Amino acid sequence: MTEDLNWAIGGEAGDGIDSTGKIFAQALSRAGRHVFTSKDFASRIRGGYTAYKIRTSVDQVQSVVDRLDILVALTQRTIDENLDELHDGSAIIYDGERSWEANIPEEATAVDVPLKSLAEEAGGAIMRNTVALGAACEITGFDVEYLDESLEKRFGGKGSKIVENNREAARLGQEYVQENYDVDLGYDLETTDNDYVLLNGDEAIGMGALAAGCRFYAGYPITPATNVMEYLTGRIERYGGHVVQAEDELSAINMALGAARAGARSMTATSGPGIDLMAETFGLIATSETPLVICDVMRSGPSTGMPTKQEQGDLNMTLYGGHGEVPRFVITPTTISECFWKTVEAFNYAEKYQTPVYLVADLALAVTEQTFPPEAFDMDAVEIDRGKLVDDDTVDEWLDEQGRFRAHANTDDGISPRAIPGTIDGAHMSTGLEHDELGRRTEETDVRVEQVDKRNRKVETAQAEEDWDYREFGSPDAENLVISWGSNEGALVEALDYLEEEGVDVRVVSVPYIFPRPDLTDDVEAAEDVIVVECNATGQFADVLERDTLTRLKRINKYTGVRFKADELAEAIQTKLTEEVPAQ
Amino acid sequence: MSSEVRFTDFKSDKQPTWCPGCGDFGTMNGMMKALANTGNDPDNTFVVAGIGCSGKIGTYMHSYALHGVHGRALPVGQGVKMARPDIEVMVAGGDGDGYSIGAGHFVHAVRRNVDMSYVVMDNRIYGLTKGQASPTSRSDFETSTTPEGPKQPPVNPLALALASGATFIAQSFASDAMRHAEIVQEAIEHDGFGFVNVFSPCVTFNDVDTYDYFRDTLVDLEEEGHDRHDYEAAKEVILDAGKEYQGVMYQNENSVPYHEQHGVTEDMSEIPDGAPEDAMDLVREFY
Repeated sequence: MTEDLNWAIGGEAGDGIDSTGKIFAQALSRAGRHVFTSKDFASRIRGGYTAYKIRTSVDQVQSVVDRLDILVALTQRTIDENLDELHDGSAIIYDGERSWEANIPEEATAVDVPLKSLAEEAGGAIMRNTVALGAACEITGFDVEYLDESLEKRFGGKGSKIVENNREAARLGQEYVQENYDVDLGYDLETTDNDYVLLNGDEAIGMGALAAGCRFYAGYPITPATNVMEYLTGRIERYGGHVVQAEDELSAINMALGAARAGARSMTATSGPGIDLMAETFGLIATSETPLVICDVMRSGPSTGMPTKQEQGDLNMTLYGGHGEVPRFVITPTTISECFWKTVEAFNYAEKYQTPVYLVADLALAVTEQTFPPEAFDMDAVEIDRGKLVDDDTVDEWLDEQGRFRAHANTDDGISPRAIPGTIDGAHMSTGLEHDELGRRTEETDVRVEQVDKRNRKVETAQAEEDWDYREFGSPDAENLVISWGSNEGALVEALDYLEEEGVDVRVVSVPYIFPRPDLTDDVEAAEDVIVVECNATGQFADVLERDTLTRLKRINKYTGVRFKADELAEAIQTKLTEEVPAQ
Repeated sequence: MSSEVRFTDFKSDKQPTWCPGCGDFGTMNGMMKALANTGNDPDNTFVVAGIGCSGKIGTYMHSYALHGVHGRALPVGQGVKMARPDIEVMVAGGDGDGYSIGAGHFVHAVRRNVDMSYVVMDNRIYGLTKGQASPTSRSDFETSTTPEGPKQPPVNPLALALASGATFIAQSFASDAMRHAEIVQEAIEHDGFGFVNVFSPCVTFNDVDTYDYFRDTLVDLEEEGHDRHDYEAAKEVILDAGKEYQGVMYQNENSVPYHEQHGVTEDMSEIPDGAPEDAMDLVREFY
């Protein structure tokens, strides 16, 4: 039948849902299948509904869809939460021996497996999820042996006995279904010889940071950015770096600022509320012309909002946040592999232009995993540009008549030389106060204007020198133009297939740079219909584009806390295309 | 250059705008002397300052320096030192900067025990905003925002430091130039976080905690035969509300600085031209 399988496991937080899902996802990836995962989780440690969903195919998959083929349900709520996505060919694996009366919808095939009893037989009730994995393998025609390596990876640290028991548990689950059920949902999951790696956006950002030479990271735990810190912890040390868990976000960004001024490539990562706290220091970083990468992994706001839910609501904050006017770059990776590459770019831009760079990802990118060929992270292609870093030999040309270092020299391109501590004759002061070329406080009108212009000129230089291009999909000549930023790209690209079936021709432009950004005026003017897709209520990027292009644009906004699905997006685009353009 | 460094090498050509007679002149001179005496030079020294009169110090001194935002000088200093263990880091702040808005950072900087020094110019008032109560103001000290006094006890920064696990706690007086410079020098030489609270009188707005007041009341711990390695003795002088002390209250002989505890010893400013050679191993972890 179809090779595109949608599998999920759901239960209460604390039931091991995440690790079970990850084990299966890794097994599929190792079998040469593409995987795309998504997570439903609540903001609590134990209890509450949580689910891990996997979409897998031999072809590339990069979004979620409204369909669930196999559901491992540890609670009734798991079934209830997913009723809309179940269909005639769905199977639900559950444990009929447990106290809950499973209320299985009519159209789905009930596969009652004594998960707990079989797990106990294998060595402990805790392995009931692994039994369910074995059962799922049998139903999908996926060789249970593929689980073995994932189980080793997950449980190897706990000893070979645990790994063996889990392997046994998987086999008992598989055999139980084989002996007691004659389920044929038509799946026979094909495997390939392809090599894939499976990772999420936070991990890709962390890996990008290491590849780019990041040596210092300070952060404060916050969902969904903490994974960046967790990834770097234990890895950054291999390169002589260090991670500090600061006492708060204010400290985190100031520590990172200190390390950056000391010459280290530095980063902090946080989410919306943390960005608010960092805003004051953001201005200092820009004014003192310190290179720093500030990663905002967006979640639903405002205030503490919905911490475990998707949203793209911080764009205005990163674009306009902070008092006064300061140059900044805002980079928005669109896929998990782009999280890697844009992080590398962010470090280069930060040092080259000596200014803070916002690296803006969102929850949907951060916590979901996707398979890529390892070449997608080709380390040989990583280039490092440290900008105008001076040393003991080159510092001389930047000294004034009295031998003082002109740390904020008024240059044509707006970029001044940078001396790090230890550079002989490079000693200078940096400050958030307005200052002259030497970094000394001033309120002289001429110098003020000169320094403001100088800092802003960096953006003009960057705009002219760098490639701020967009990514493009669909039909290049289509009259209908859909524009998006951030994680919506994957769902949009898949929506193109649905639209094509309906005979709707669409060109998709996905924008990874918000400031500086590509000029979309010609694209907008050439299109009949323009729709801007984003996960927020007001259309923050659409506002920006309307101002740029002086054209009213149609908008698709989702702010339920759930990411766009490909089929849903295809439908929404079709509906939007029939609507009138809003009045000027 | 270090062998012939004089303390005036740490002086910038910018004239201080502090009020004539301000305690901060003496505090700064002592810091410069201490830096020179410990063999540092401006090119390997990083001074971080906060906001307020004390924050201006980065402008009047010559070294690598950052004048940051209010209350956040300590995190900046720690970041500099962690990235560059080879650099001498000194953080300067005031009582408002360090014990009010920055109090949280103070506690955590103390417990991290990063090998740096922290000099607080304590004048028991907000000077640059023209005379409001500070966290170390006396509870009956009348100001524009506390006409009947703050009516709350002052923060005891030394006790706060001790309770947070400080390994070096000292107090000095800006006007006793020799002792002050000596004490700051000891803070620099201490293997860990060297904290010095400096009585630095505000001649414009504080007519209670004056030079004369400190001259008359100050007790030198060295003359008292205080044992700085004795925790109980330190507790006693630190919690003694009846007297003003100068000297080193406490020094932990077994202080293990942050970089030793965490293996943070590399110069982080140097990185390869491209991704590190074994970087593909990072990718392989995701198989």
